[in-house]
Amino acid sequence: MPRRRRLRRVVTPPGFKGYKPYGSNRESAGYIELLYEEYESLKLADYDLMNHLEASKLMGVSRATFARIYESARRKIAKALVESKEIRSVYGNALMDKNWYVCDECFVRFTIPPRHRHRHCPMCRSERIELVNQL
Amino acid sequence: MKTVITATGNELSSLFDKRFGRAGWFCVLDSETGKTQFHKNENKDAQGGAGTKTVEYMVELGVTKVISGDFGPKAKDLLDKFNIQMVIIQDDELSIDDIIRKIK
Repeated sequence: MPRRRRLRRVVTPPGFKGYKPYGSNRESAGYIELLYEEYESLKLADYDLMNHLEASKLMGVSRATFARIYESARRKIAKALVESKEIRSVYGNALMDKNWYVCDECFVRFTIPPRHRHRHCPMCRSERIELVNQL
Repeated sequence: MKTVITATGNELSSLFDKRFGRAGWFCVLDSETGKTQFHKNENKDAQGGAGTKTVEYMVELGVTKVISGDFGPKAKDLLDKFNIQMVIIQDDELSIDDIIRKIK
């Protein structure tokens, strides 16, 4: 039996549900699924410019595992670009860092600290809020 | 209740700053009196730990809500610990005035 997969800590989930190529001559080339942890690894290494050791600590995995997740992310994105495939963000084996909510009316993201009583959007006061973690 | 909005300048017409620890100014809005006050961010060009120092400043001011564009991992942890609500707005073309009118 394989060893159980540790959950990877993700600070903020991707702000999109997917990317689609446009102007491609093929009708549908299919899609690839980019996992939350893959998106996070790419963000930490190439956007926040962290080294792999720091990034792996932040995600709660070993350096080697981080490198594997990161490699898989790069390969998937390269595949999507070359084969003009759609990219979809998929939950994967992620553990969300915090409980983030999103407002369905004004799309603002926010946290609700435990001492807060009201459960509405801090911007537009809409009560139509959703946990981002369940997206 | 005090709310902080990160700003690029010290006027109500200034644009909203998407950075938290390295924002230019902090606009403190008192929801009871409706008054605003601008504080310069002393940690804007700090070598490191700008987010952490900024959170400490927020606690000193007695803020309960922070509106910004993004929070670093350290700032997030600390703000959570101090029970400060974080609000992320992605739109960077808003002015401070626009945001204040929205939350009123």
